[in-house]
Amino acid sequence: MGEWRFHLREHKGAYAATAMFVLIFALYITKHQTGWTVPVLTTAANKGVLLAIVAMAQTLPVLTSGIDLSIGMVFVLTNCLASHLVVGTPLQATFGVIVVLAVGALCGAINGVIIVYGRLQPIITTLATGTIYFGLSLGLRPVPGGDVYAGLADTVTGALPGGIPTMLVVLLGVVLVVWLPYRRSALGRAALAIGSSEAAAYMSGVNIGRTKIVTYTLAGLLAAIGGLLLTCVTYSGEASSAVGGVYTLNSIAAVVIGGTSLAGGAGSAIGSIFGALLLRTIGDLLFVFDLEPLWQPLFQGIILLTAVSMGALQLLKVSNRLELFK
Amino acid sequence: MEPILQLVDVSKRYGGVRALERARFACAPGRIHALLGENGAGKSTLIKMMAGVVQPDEGRILLEGSERRFLHPQDAVSAGIACIFQELSLMPDLSVADNICITNPPTRYGLIDRKAQRRIAEAALARAGAEGIHPLAPVGSLSLSRRQMVEIAKALAREPKILILDEATSALTAADVQRVYTLLKRLRDEGLAIVYISHRMNEIAELADDCSVFRNGQHVATFEAGSQSNAQTVEMMIGRDIEHAFPPKPAAQTATSAAAPSLEVKGLSWNGRLHDIQLAVRPGEIVGLGGLDGQGQREFFLALFGVLRGVTGDVTLDGKPVSVKSPRHAKCKEVGIALVPEDRKTDGLMLPMSVRDNLSFAALDRFSRAGVVIGAQESEATASMVRKLSIKAPELGDAVGTLSGGNQQKVVIAKWLMNAPRIVLLSDPTRGIDVGTKQEIYVLLRRLADEGAAVLLYSTDYAELIGCCDRVAVFFDGRIVRWLAGAELTEHALVASALNLTTEALH
Repeated sequence: MGEWRFHLREHKGAYAATAMFVLIFALYITKHQTGWTVPVLTTAANKGVLLAIVAMAQTLPVLTSGIDLSIGMVFVLTNCLASHLVVGTPLQATFGVIVVLAVGALCGAINGVIIVYGRLQPIITTLATGTIYFGLSLGLRPVPGGDVYAGLADTVTGALPGGIPTMLVVLLGVVLVVWLPYRRSALGRAALAIGSSEAAAYMSGVNIGRTKIVTYTLAGLLAAIGGLLLTCVTYSGEASSAVGGVYTLNSIAAVVIGGTSLAGGAGSAIGSIFGALLLRTIGDLLFVFDLEPLWQPLFQGIILLTAVSMGALQLLKVSNRLELFK
Repeated sequence: MEPILQLVDVSKRYGGVRALERARFACAPGRIHALLGENGAGKSTLIKMMAGVVQPDEGRILLEGSERRFLHPQDAVSAGIACIFQELSLMPDLSVADNICITNPPTRYGLIDRKAQRRIAEAALARAGAEGIHPLAPVGSLSLSRRQMVEIAKALAREPKILILDEATSALTAADVQRVYTLLKRLRDEGLAIVYISHRMNEIAELADDCSVFRNGQHVATFEAGSQSNAQTVEMMIGRDIEHAFPPKPAAQTATSAAAPSLEVKGLSWNGRLHDIQLAVRPGEIVGLGGLDGQGQREFFLALFGVLRGVTGDVTLDGKPVSVKSPRHAKCKEVGIALVPEDRKTDGLMLPMSVRDNLSFAALDRFSRAGVVIGAQESEATASMVRKLSIKAPELGDAVGTLSGGNQQKVVIAKWLMNAPRIVLLSDPTRGIDVGTKQEIYVLLRRLADEGAAVLLYSTDYAELIGCCDRVAVFFDGRIVRWLAGAELTEHALVASALNLTTEALH
């Protein structure tokens, strides 16, 4: 009996997104005027990784069958904060980085605490807190501006010797330091259990409140990493509700394309990363094909619809129609 | 033998309903203790207390002589109590090994040690006699019987001192049942205290050392297995209850039995859960569905109502074959089937919506022209239905959720009567409602039948089946195992056939 079957079954969404990304990216590179060069790769990585990290953040609540609509706003808030704090001497900048990450984690923790102790639905809780976080961003940056410690920004947005974009290494680091330990820990297991069946998890003695709070906190932390990187890419902070909204919605799209079910219980952040990179590449693809940018939303929408339809195929097998509504 | 776990004078109420009243229970290591009782006798509440799922309103729980409080399932688990519910505690998306180790996974450097976890899972599966299950398989992909075995393995992996099984064998295949028997006997010999709920008398005879009987939330008796006959045990389970007042049945059924059946079902099967069901209901007749809870009665109704996919067999209405495709099809004029679902709060009503909206909802076609609802007609029809069923609602515009349980149930029934159905299916319509409203519903059912409807009534209350129904089909394991009518329709016969015992076995 092949154990790879179980592995494949568990990760088929992630593999599908990866394969799709490789395909589309290959198409993009072959059609691109300059092709496989360090500047092209670095630019693509800088754009893609931002969404990939926000999508990872979104994956965590979704796995518990929750959602975080404030994720884009935490991303924007930490961007504004970083444009104030990550400046000056290396020591000051380091301190700024720590504060920015802590604030992101705090935003997530607030979401988690309200959801658990206030017994509110994640969707409405995070919609409300997201608006608050955006309000704070506006307070920090009424007009776009600010600065960032150039040493950090240039390193992060550049390329390593050998032409590897640094951003990809950062992404890999985040996966190794945040996602893999989470996925392999009892905590991540409990999160999946809650998403799969909250009642069963409770009956199995899982600590549901703590798991959810830590999960939302980690989501906030990841969004803050994203916000920090955004500051490095743009060299400034901007309280833009459009950026926050687009990142929130695209993160959900990336999660779904990456094979994570919005019902929770199954999926992975790796899938979401490739889902995010795929979404970004589709956008760029239209440019290299000289299509009007106007077509981009339509094209993205079709891809998203196709991806979610795949997940719904199993519903054709349901023999008690009442189960369709559960 | 000293008892390891004792419940002393525990009581529990849900709203106004008394689930347990000063009940006592004790179990000892090295013994298998069977809990017996009818549906709603309080057995489930009792084991939920032991498992930390509900807390007693009064009374004490003693573990090895010292008083304990289990506020969460975690507390009971860490005290060495493992509970096997029917499929309740498995996460379908997670693998078998993940499920088995969910409460306390083995870790290395803070991360889950998958190799160790797999060893634990394999050992637990082997101990449960289910080596055939792959530890990496997702639980959702397993059959019901195999899932139940995983549930048992999961409980064993926690090394419990007390093992509680709630109908643990009801979903098992015969081969798995034998494995569980062997396992339970071995665990008993290893010194575990085992509490066992089952509705199968043969199982109890095979396994139990002690038996405790519960009735109406009270402890009736505890005795050593084998010291009482089956007949005596059944007597204890039934007791003598308050008599309900039922409307008189039509004296002779010769008139109706001549009529052609409104609904005739032949060889109906579904998905391994319903097997070859034959049944005919004539206009003017109330036919009961009896048996223990969960023997396919509900699925049978859903099949007739067009909710299930892949139903095989023939259904004829007034001699014409039909295949009901959906509830929408079921309620149309040509078919005319109504289903009063058992869970009125989720399947029957839209609680925040008004009484009027709920009443007219299933019959909106009748009150609308070109898709627009004609308010005057709707109001008139709902008002007349409210009078007919004497639904007590201060205002028809009030949310239906503000009514009492009995009046809510009347709204569910009334909603379907708006369509003037020819066939009325009712799933436990009197559950959790007061005696007065129950009687009104009995009268209403009889009146419906007299007006020519064919009524099918599933009830978990045996007195109701006897008092209300002309004939009763007893379900067991998705089959009709017995028909009872006339003088045969007694509580003894119902209980005995629900347990799939022959009447002779009782004497």
